[in-house]
Amino acid sequence: MPLALTFDPLLLILGVPLGGALLLVLIPSWQVAAWLNILISAATLGGALSLFVVRPEATPLFFIDDFNIYLVVLTAFVGFTTSAYSAAYIGRESRAKRVSPRHLRFYHAMYQAFLFTMLLALTANNIGVLWVAVEAATLTTVLMVSLYRTREAIEAAWKYFILCSVGIGLALFGTILVYLAAEPVMGDGTAALAWSLMITRAGGFQPELISLAFVFLLVGYGTKVGLAPLHAWLPDAHAEGPTPISAILSGLLLNVALYALLRFKMLIAANTHALQPGPLMIGMGCSSIFVAAFMLYRRGDIKRLFAYSSVEHMGVMTFAFGMGGTVANFAGLLHMTMHSLVKSAIFFAVGLITQSAGTKRIAEIRGLTVSQPFLGWSFVIAVLAIAGLPPMGIFMSEFLVVSSTFAQTPLLAAPVIIGLIVGFGALILRLQGMAFGEPSVLAGYGETVRQSGFKRAVGMAPLVAHLALALVAGIYLPDPLVAWFQAVAKLLG
Amino acid sequence: MPTTQMAYDTAHLIGATVLMMGFALLYQRRVTAVIRTYSFQAMALAAAAAWQAYVQEAPHLYVTALIALVFKGVIVPLALTWLVKRLGMHRTVETALGIGPTMIAGVGLVALSIVLVLPVTAGATSMTRENLALAMSVLLLGLLMMITRRNAVTQVVGFMALENGLILAAVGARGMPFVVEISIAFSVLVAMILFGIFFFRIRERFDSLDLAYLETFRGERQ
Repeated sequence: MPLALTFDPLLLILGVPLGGALLLVLIPSWQVAAWLNILISAATLGGALSLFVVRPEATPLFFIDDFNIYLVVLTAFVGFTTSAYSAAYIGRESRAKRVSPRHLRFYHAMYQAFLFTMLLALTANNIGVLWVAVEAATLTTVLMVSLYRTREAIEAAWKYFILCSVGIGLALFGTILVYLAAEPVMGDGTAALAWSLMITRAGGFQPELISLAFVFLLVGYGTKVGLAPLHAWLPDAHAEGPTPISAILSGLLLNVALYALLRFKMLIAANTHALQPGPLMIGMGCSSIFVAAFMLYRRGDIKRLFAYSSVEHMGVMTFAFGMGGTVANFAGLLHMTMHSLVKSAIFFAVGLITQSAGTKRIAEIRGLTVSQPFLGWSFVIAVLAIAGLPPMGIFMSEFLVVSSTFAQTPLLAAPVIIGLIVGFGALILRLQGMAFGEPSVLAGYGETVRQSGFKRAVGMAPLVAHLALALVAGIYLPDPLVAWFQAVAKLLG
Repeated sequence: MPTTQMAYDTAHLIGATVLMMGFALLYQRRVTAVIRTYSFQAMALAAAAAWQAYVQEAPHLYVTALIALVFKGVIVPLALTWLVKRLGMHRTVETALGIGPTMIAGVGLVALSIVLVLPVTAGATSMTRENLALAMSVLLLGLLMMITRRNAVTQVVGFMALENGLILAAVGARGMPFVVEISIAFSVLVAMILFGIFFFRIRERFDSLDLAYLETFRGERQ
């Protein structure tokens, strides 16, 4: 099959969003841009799916292995559904004159640029390229977070920018230290930074240097993951940006940062003399779960509430990967996927809610199941899913995290269980007020409610699709998927 | 080709100059002086990169040196000075921690990085060892400046000083690939920050660039 051999999916995955970003800068009409945005994202998703058929050879710059292939597909999928949601969302914002057409042009271009940087980070073999991609992802999202140009949005963007830049800087220092540790074994040149080559010889790296490197990498990329106490930028950036951006920030960007951290964790774990990365990650994970769980109670802003919930869940994943072992890694991977799907679904719902209610204040949003039954109940299901109730996928992954921790070190399970229960309580408390009771006046655009037929369906479809996937995963995981998750879990050590 | 000993000594001399400038940044009381000191630090960094390019016979590092000299040494300071004038910002440095305590903390950080780096790099060449300790000190001093200085401009300068430390570490790592790409990526970041200050007119929006105003924003303002 000469055709299949020459076809390189990577070209499609990286080239399409990059070309799309350049194209979208040139399109003056936001309606056309929104449609193009969907098409481009769909093409990227197609490219990502083709990875299952044709897997490109590893080069010193790019590679695809069992671990990143699933994150690439997940990223392309959520990128696609969010682009559909974004078209409906941005349409309403634009008609309400909250954003100018000129800013929207940038918004769409940046959306694709952001997808490009994330996919670049995920497919990068070279840890230098990985770093550049994560940095570029920060830049593109800053522009999108500040879209509304309100005082709060600019403050949030500035805070995000400065804190993440420092994080990124520390991560680079860690990367340089990794190079220094690897150089005696690997020699110089591009190959010395290629992860797939490094992992085979990581046992010979200088253990002290690579341990020091990991501390910098954990703090650096950990800032971007939103691990407490480095999470200060996260709630602001989520709350003040446009909601589709909150969805991909939470659902995708945090995953990408965690992915970067895990790649380094694997390198260090392969070196038996270096420090154990597990306890550090467990510590950061626990503190994130705790801080976020208690913070959830005092949130008055609906988007901020779910931003803190993201901190909590990133904590759960970091904890699981820190525990290590096949079951815990399996749980962490599953949690990564489920959280992506469910949290972006929640932000889809929250976007519709804030647009129709005309406020982000939790206290002013009441009785959603009465005023907008379909949206209201979807929201209830999504929040119950993120809180960790069965039968949704998050319950399964959290259950696995806790049970595998019990099997290894029972004492460590206690803080996780307490944190999860505290967070659960907060979410249910807030949900009750918002979903049930006497409905509040819908002071928003109104259009969301009146809008019918096709447009409404486009706005709701991503939400329903994500929830359906999370539900299916909770009830039944297909055997090939399980086998493959297990293979990756083994890879993670 | 200089002798190995001379190569080390010169590299350490230049690296120490970058570090001295990092300290000098901490005790400036006027914003324009901070910017000028930063410019000197960037020029010292350019010298360090050029020297490494010569010693390691790695011509691509000359590009890094050029970026440090032209972009960070000249363009960024000019742009910052223009911004300070244009947006009518405070001319005095506002401190969250007095100058004396900041200097003491700075000395502590340098000691910390020496204590941390030297034993860890026992296997590496002495070039890498001391260079890394110097670079880490510069990095930590930049971080300290970001924490203890209130104005956004001085914070930005602190960030750029931190970045100088990173580039110093990167050029000192023998044969490290992607150093040029990394310094370009950082230049884009810095340019974006400057552009952001101007574009968002942070001065106009927040009435002051003092970040204490930002700190009042906890997002729960109701």
